[in-house]
Amino acid sequence: MLSVDIEKRLGDFHIKVAFESKGSVTALFGSSGSGKTSIVNMIAGLVKPDRGRIALDDTVLFESAARVNVPVYRRRIGYVFQEGRLFPHMSVAANLDYGRRMSGLARDDGEQRRIVELLDIGHLLDRRPGKLSGGERQRVAVGRALLMRPRLLLLDEPLASLDIARKREILPYLVRLRDEAKVPMVYVSHHPGELRRIATAVVWLDGGRVMKSGGLELLDQADLDAL
Amino acid sequence: MFDLTPDEWTAIRLSIRIAVVATAVALPFGIAVAWLLARKDFWGKSLLDGIVHLPLVLPPVVTGYLLLISFGRRGPIGAFLDEHFGIVFSFRWTGAALACGVMAFPLLVRAIRLSFEAIDRRLEDAATTLGASPLRAFFTVTLPLALPGVIAGMVLCFAKALGEFGATITFVSNIPGETQTISAAIYTLTQVPGGDTAAFRLVVVAIVISLAALIASEWFARRAGMRYHGD
Repeated sequence: MLSVDIEKRLGDFHIKVAFESKGSVTALFGSSGSGKTSIVNMIAGLVKPDRGRIALDDTVLFESAARVNVPVYRRRIGYVFQEGRLFPHMSVAANLDYGRRMSGLARDDGEQRRIVELLDIGHLLDRRPGKLSGGERQRVAVGRALLMRPRLLLLDEPLASLDIARKREILPYLVRLRDEAKVPMVYVSHHPGELRRIATAVVWLDGGRVMKSGGLELLDQADLDAL
Repeated sequence: MFDLTPDEWTAIRLSIRIAVVATAVALPFGIAVAWLLARKDFWGKSLLDGIVHLPLVLPPVVTGYLLLISFGRRGPIGAFLDEHFGIVFSFRWTGAALACGVMAFPLLVRAIRLSFEAIDRRLEDAATTLGASPLRAFFTVTLPLALPGVIAGMVLCFAKALGEFGATITFVSNIPGETQTISAAIYTLTQVPGGDTAAFRLVVVAIVISLAALIASEWFARRAGMRYHGD
């Protein structure tokens, strides 16, 4: 379980949120500018909160009072960025293997094969990221994050840069991931439709605050608010 | 006319050795300084930037003289290195390499710095989320992506080192077989009657070496560039 209780001032913008992840996929839902990405960056360790505490199961990742701040590279939290961020100078296979190498994990061919199959990227292994379509790129990015055997997977609008056809293509993979991979996820999006397919719990953010948190029924209300 | 004399060969070999050593030794420092200037904000950054670029704007004779009084046998740094490590620069080819390295350093740093600045830092963030410490992220992501700039900087550095004249001759003089590079040999030949033919031979050699270095760097840079844009 992920528990977050943090504060961060970014210029005029003030984030002050507290929530706990429940279920396997927690959605961070809210319009752009609600602080979703900043919060995810703080969970990953890329941005340091001003105050507060972040813990994953029984490991404290950040606690200002105790001066604990585990560096990004020791957190073992997978991160799928909006733009993929594959390494352009490495093949898809090398990208996939990067997290395992850097985390000093033993090679596990079975695990590798399972994830490559799950995401259906076996035919791409020899290519460079520059030669991939947007959808393929995001699938490889998901695979890369999974293969470091993360304790938590963060996905920041992983479908935002894709057109509708590509979104439809990838969502089933993410649903399979949720049902088969057993890695808890935090999924950032401002699309109720997308979240309805993938999320199991919702944290609704607005202006750097948690408006509501609960189940998927919150998304129905979000639809109504949008009308 | 193109039979090079043994003395000319000596000057050519010496020049290449000096330029290669100057480039190789300057490279790690150049990468470190370029990285500091591209990525870090610290007190005295403008000063460091200024000092690095000084050899570019100072008269080479001044740089050579400054090297002489600091790295010469009686200079504070020169005396220290001689006493503790047995490294002597004055009137040795190593001193020529030092002078060439210092003179070429700004060109090296500029090229590498530009390529560091052009790298998407979010890729480095991605590397750290995958478990790479900042140092490993640097060696596996930043440096390989900056490779075309590093190669360009090395070629500029090599070419500058090969042609350096003013600082070298001021610091380590013009001793055949020890510090007489192609440039210094050409200078000497133009000062004596009947030296024109020999000078011309060395001029051609200098052009050939410089062109070869340029073509090689183009080839390396293109290969490095290809690695990013598909297979």
